[in-house]
Amino acid sequence: MLKPTSYLTHSYGLTDGFTLANYEKHNGYSQVRKALAMSREAVTDEVKKAHVRGRGGAGFDCGVKWSFMPKESKKPHYLVINADEGEPGTFKDRSIMELNPHSVIEGCMIACWGIGAHACYIYVRDELHLAKKRLEDAIREAKGKGYLGRTPFGRPWELEMYVHTGAGAYICGEETALLNSLEGRRGEPRIKPPFPAQYGAFACPTTVNNVETVAILPTVLQLGGDAFSKLSSLHHFNDGGVRLFGVSGHVKNPGIYEACVGLTLRELIYDLGGGILGDRELLGVIPGGSSCPVHLPGEVVNVPSDPRFAPFNGKSILDLPLGVETFRTVGSMLGTCGAIVLSDAADPVIAIQNLMRFYRHESCGQCTPCREGCGWIERILNKIIEGKGSIAELDQIHEIANDIGGNTICAFGDGAAQPALAFVRRYRKHFEDYILNGGKLQTRRLTVS
Amino acid sequence: MAFALSVERERQLGEIVARYPNKMAATIPALHLCQEANGNWVSDEVIDYVAKKLELSTAHVKGVVTFYTLFNQQQPGRHQVWVCRTLSCALRGSDKILAHCEKKLGIDAGQTTKNGRVTLRTAECLAACGTAPVMQVDKTYFENLSLEEVDKILDRLMREA
Repeated sequence: MLKPTSYLTHSYGLTDGFTLANYEKHNGYSQVRKALAMSREAVTDEVKKAHVRGRGGAGFDCGVKWSFMPKESKKPHYLVINADEGEPGTFKDRSIMELNPHSVIEGCMIACWGIGAHACYIYVRDELHLAKKRLEDAIREAKGKGYLGRTPFGRPWELEMYVHTGAGAYICGEETALLNSLEGRRGEPRIKPPFPAQYGAFACPTTVNNVETVAILPTVLQLGGDAFSKLSSLHHFNDGGVRLFGVSGHVKNPGIYEACVGLTLRELIYDLGGGILGDRELLGVIPGGSSCPVHLPGEVVNVPSDPRFAPFNGKSILDLPLGVETFRTVGSMLGTCGAIVLSDAADPVIAIQNLMRFYRHESCGQCTPCREGCGWIERILNKIIEGKGSIAELDQIHEIANDIGGNTICAFGDGAAQPALAFVRRYRKHFEDYILNGGKLQTRRLTVS
Repeated sequence: MAFALSVERERQLGEIVARYPNKMAATIPALHLCQEANGNWVSDEVIDYVAKKLELSTAHVKGVVTFYTLFNQQQPGRHQVWVCRTLSCALRGSDKILAHCEKKLGIDAGQTTKNGRVTLRTAECLAACGTAPVMQVDKTYFENLSLEEVDKILDRLMREA
């Protein structure tokens, strides 16, 4: 159900929306004060009640993740913020950092209190120079006011916050690769376990949270966990509150929209996105960043085993509320809620070739199935598009993708295999047309005109 | 000639190192600082310098440099232009933007203009999909690009001091 909100985005249109003065005008930094008057456990419990599902793509419950941190520990605890946004179709974190950076800082402070950390590193991808500057300025402003440093708000609870930059590697958005990169190493994912909560940054207990996940925490405390969760129409799926939805590609009004969880793809594409560019037909939509499978508008929800799906069974997937559990249950993935829309002008074969080039380029090279497999799929797609492919090779894409999935250290492999499988399954006749007829019936382009 | 940072930049390096529990963690920020001081590329001398400053092996620093796309192992032009070509931008015409840049500059993606002013590159997702097509010029994003705007940007880069 479309219920627009503006907890994070109210500052987006303002010329001084990113300043401390504006943030404090809207009650900024009042919630961290409240948190500091509560116990660490009470803050974590409030966040658990809010059912904040991680906004970075995996959708893990934020409060539950915090509760994995040791209660007593001789080692320092760290909070690391994943701001290495780079998943095609995802562009929400950049907007928060540039236009509402103090919500990130306040959220980090609440999170540090919740997990018992005294230092926070915000890992921002290098390309986002304005975001880095805005965060650094915000940290400086907060420090100047005595909110950070040796005695934040006059309390003997030292807290330092730093912006750390990457150097251009999508894989560093994977949390253990990010930790390696933070430590000054090549950004190669680590084998889990041990998990970061036991052995994270600098071999110490660490929580890695997404930018949007922490930025919404002041709102969680302001409303109270339960009330926040109930803003969502998927509260009964333990998926609470509000989040930022992105839509890009062939829509009239691409952009970021804040709304209660439970929005549908149809609302995102047609109500918020303004409909398909050139009023064309919808060919397919990737629901939440390029690692999610593409869906056809004709796909129907059918989950008879779960009574919570009764209102959605028999309806189009476009009318299924966007939630972590709802999309996982139908064999899809919510990811980061950044939908990529393809109209019927777009050629799905070229679209997946584009994405496989991305995955081949960004594979870190550690695991053979991913390093080699992504390249093999890309080369088969190149051959098919050149008219030199065969049906046997098309079938081989399934085989290669299935051999990548589940056989790598990190989720990148699955993230690359999943879109490849979804495209070849759902658009098989488009691929066959290239092989059998030289692609005569295909548009051979991605743009609308 | 051996590479060294200016006094001011060396002070900045000291500040960076102090943020972390060990020196190795400063590798990437230190390389950024040195790359900028060295005409936007990381030479073997820079690697030696960073390794020495952070008490690391040159092999470790070289390993880091070769992993990350944004450390240049050759000197680029004075300005670097990245055209995003991943799906959301491609759906909005990034191919035309890139082809236009190549034609106007008389080079292919990956090359530098003869006068050494502009290096043209492709980028994989700049996280600005809602304002596609997008390109990054040095440290600035240009979004919702039209060919006319690209012309203006490139003219400025080719002319300006």
